[in-house]
Amino acid sequence: MTPDATVATAPDPNPFAGIDFPQLERSLRRPRTLVGVALDVMVTATTLLALFPLFSVVWMLFWRGGKKLSLALFTQLPPAPLESGGGFGNAIVGSLFMVGLATLITVPFGLLTAVYLSRDRSGRLATWVRFAAKVLTGFPSILAGVFAYGAVVLLTGGFSAVAGAIALSILMLPTVTLTSEDALRAVPPKMQEAALGMGATSAQVAFMVLLPTALPGILTGIMLAVARAAGETAPLIFTALFSNYWLLNRGHLDAMHPTASLAVLIYNFAGMPFQNQVELAWAAALVLVLMVLGANLIGQSLSRRQIVS
Amino acid sequence: MADAISRPPSRLQLAVDRSFRRLCQGVAALLLVLVVFIVLRIALTAVPAMRAYGAGFLTGTTWDQNQGRYAILPEIWGTLYTSGLGLVVGTTFGLAAAVYLVEGYLSQAIYGMLRMLHLELRPGWSKLPERVEQLLKNLVDLLAAIPSVVYGLWGIFVVIPMIRPAAAWLHGNLGWIPLFGTDLAGPGVLPAVLVLGIMIMPTVTAISRDALIAVPPKLRMAAYGLGATRWETIFAVILPTAARGIFGGIVLAFGRALGETMALAMLVGNANRISVSLFSPANTLAALLANTFPEAGPKQVTVLMYAALVLLGITLLVNVIGAVILQRASRQFEGAHS
Repeated sequence: MTPDATVATAPDPNPFAGIDFPQLERSLRRPRTLVGVALDVMVTATTLLALFPLFSVVWMLFWRGGKKLSLALFTQLPPAPLESGGGFGNAIVGSLFMVGLATLITVPFGLLTAVYLSRDRSGRLATWVRFAAKVLTGFPSILAGVFAYGAVVLLTGGFSAVAGAIALSILMLPTVTLTSEDALRAVPPKMQEAALGMGATSAQVAFMVLLPTALPGILTGIMLAVARAAGETAPLIFTALFSNYWLLNRGHLDAMHPTASLAVLIYNFAGMPFQNQVELAWAAALVLVLMVLGANLIGQSLSRRQIVS
Repeated sequence: MADAISRPPSRLQLAVDRSFRRLCQGVAALLLVLVVFIVLRIALTAVPAMRAYGAGFLTGTTWDQNQGRYAILPEIWGTLYTSGLGLVVGTTFGLAAAVYLVEGYLSQAIYGMLRMLHLELRPGWSKLPERVEQLLKNLVDLLAAIPSVVYGLWGIFVVIPMIRPAAAWLHGNLGWIPLFGTDLAGPGVLPAVLVLGIMIMPTVTAISRDALIAVPPKLRMAAYGLGATRWETIFAVILPTAARGIFGGIVLAFGRALGETMALAMLVGNANRISVSLFSPANTLAALLANTFPEAGPKQVTVLMYAALVLLGITLLVNVIGAVILQRASRQFEGAHS
C-alpha cells in the first residue's frame, strides 16, 4: 500500500485495491494447484502405461519369434503334431495370394466409386453411397466372413482362396473408397477447370488430371487397406480355412481349395499344446507384424510426397 | 484447326465420356446394393432357424448340439459385458492420452529440458519437441496396426500369466464380491477385457484428439484470462465443449469392441454361461461364430447365421448412432474458427 492511495481527493484510487494478490500466486500449498499437479502426474502416468502393451508385444515378438527365425520357415510346410522343424511357407504364399486377389477386386471398384463421389458432392445417390461406405467401415470383420460363407462357400460347394479374397475385399472396399475420395477432392479445382476449358471431356479429366494428381493419396489408401487385410483372421477361418499344402500344387493353382494364411496359422497353432507349434506361431506373428508394418510405412511415406499447389 | 491447343471433343470421345460417367454411377450404386445384399444374404440364410427357434433364441441359455437346442442369451450378455468393460479400460487410457497429446505435455517437458541445457534455439534441437510428440502420436496409432490375432497370442502367453497371481489374491481375499466370485483358470473375462481395451484405445484417442483440437482456441484463452488453471480449463471448458465429439468416438469404439473377434475367441474361454465374475470364462457372439462355424453342419449354419444377424443388428445400431453424433459434433463449430 502506497501512502498516495489513502489520499481521499486522488482522482484515481488504486485500481488493484480489492485484489487478493497471494490468491493469484501459483503455490503448491493451494488445493487448486495441488489438484492440477496431481492430475498432470496422473495423465502422464496413464499415457505411459498405455504404451506398455506396445513395447511388450514388440519385445515378445522379437524375443520369442526372433530366435526361431530361419530360412527354413519360409520354404517348408507346417509340421504335424509332435514333429519338429517345419515352417509356414505355404501360409505366406496363401496370405499374399488372397490379399493380392482382394486388392485386384477392390481397387477398380473403389476407384470408380470414389471418382463418382468426388464429382457429385451432395446428390442423393452420393450421400447414400457415402453413408453405406461409412457403415461398412464399422462392419465387424467376422460378418464379412459369414457373408462370404453364405454367398460363395455355399454356392461353390467348398472353402477356397477365392471366398477368402472376397471376404477380405469387403473389408478393404470402404477404406479404398473413402481415402481415394479425399485424395481426389484435394486436387485443385483450377487444374480440372483448365483441362475442361481446353475441351477435355470429364472422362479425360478423370484419367489425365484427377487420377494422376491424386495418385499418392490413392496409393496410401490402398496400402492401408492391404495392411489391414493382411492381418485379418476372422473373415478367413471359415472361408479359406487352412491347408497343410502349397497353393501351387503339382503345377496348377488350387484357388478353389482350402488355403493357408499366416493369420489363421497363428490362431490354430496358438492353442496347441505342442512347444514347436507355439514357437512357430510366434515366428509367424513376427513375420505378419513386419509385413503389416511394412505396408503401413510404405503407405505413409507415399502420402508425404503429395503434390502441394 | 489442327494446330490449335483446344478443340471440342469428337463424337467418339463424347460417347466414351458418357459411358464412363454411367459406369462410375453404376459402380457407386453397386456399393449400396452390396450392403443391402450382405444384410439380405445373412437374413435369408437365417430364416429356417428363425422359424424354428423364434424369439426364444434370444432369451434361452442352452446351446446343445446333440439335442439340437440353441439359444444365445449368454453370448449376448458376454458380448455386451466384455465390450462395456473394455470400453471403460479403453476410454480411460484413450482419453488420457488424447488430453496428454493435445495439451502438449511432452513437447513442453522436452522444451524445458532443452532450455536448461541452453539448446532450445540450436537448429538441430529446436524441432525436437515437435518431433517427439509426433512420435508419441504414431506410437499410439501403431497399437491399432497390430493384428487382432497377434494380440490374442500375446494375451495367452503374457497377460494371462501376468494377472493370474493378482486374480488368485483377489478371489482368495475378496471372493465375497461377485466381481471376484470365481478363480481365474486360464482364459476368462478379465484378460479379454484388458486386451479389448488396448485394441479400442487408439480409436478413442484419435477421435477425442480431433474433437479436442476442434475446440476454438478463444475459449481456452478466455478461461486462462479469467484466472483458471490448466485443469480447471480442461474440466470446465474444453471437455464439455468437445463432449459431443468425444462421445461419438466412444460409441464408435463400442461398435468396434462388439464386433472384435479373434482376440476374444482366444482369450474369453468359450464357456456358455452368464456370470458377473471377472475371472469366469464366458463367450461372445463373434467368438461363438469363429469357434463353431468351421465345423458346422448345414442345420447349424442357419442357427449361426441367426446369431450373426443379431450381432449385425447390434453393431449396425451402435455404429449408426456413433456416426450421427459425430456428424452433429462436426457441425457444432462451423464458422467458430474465423
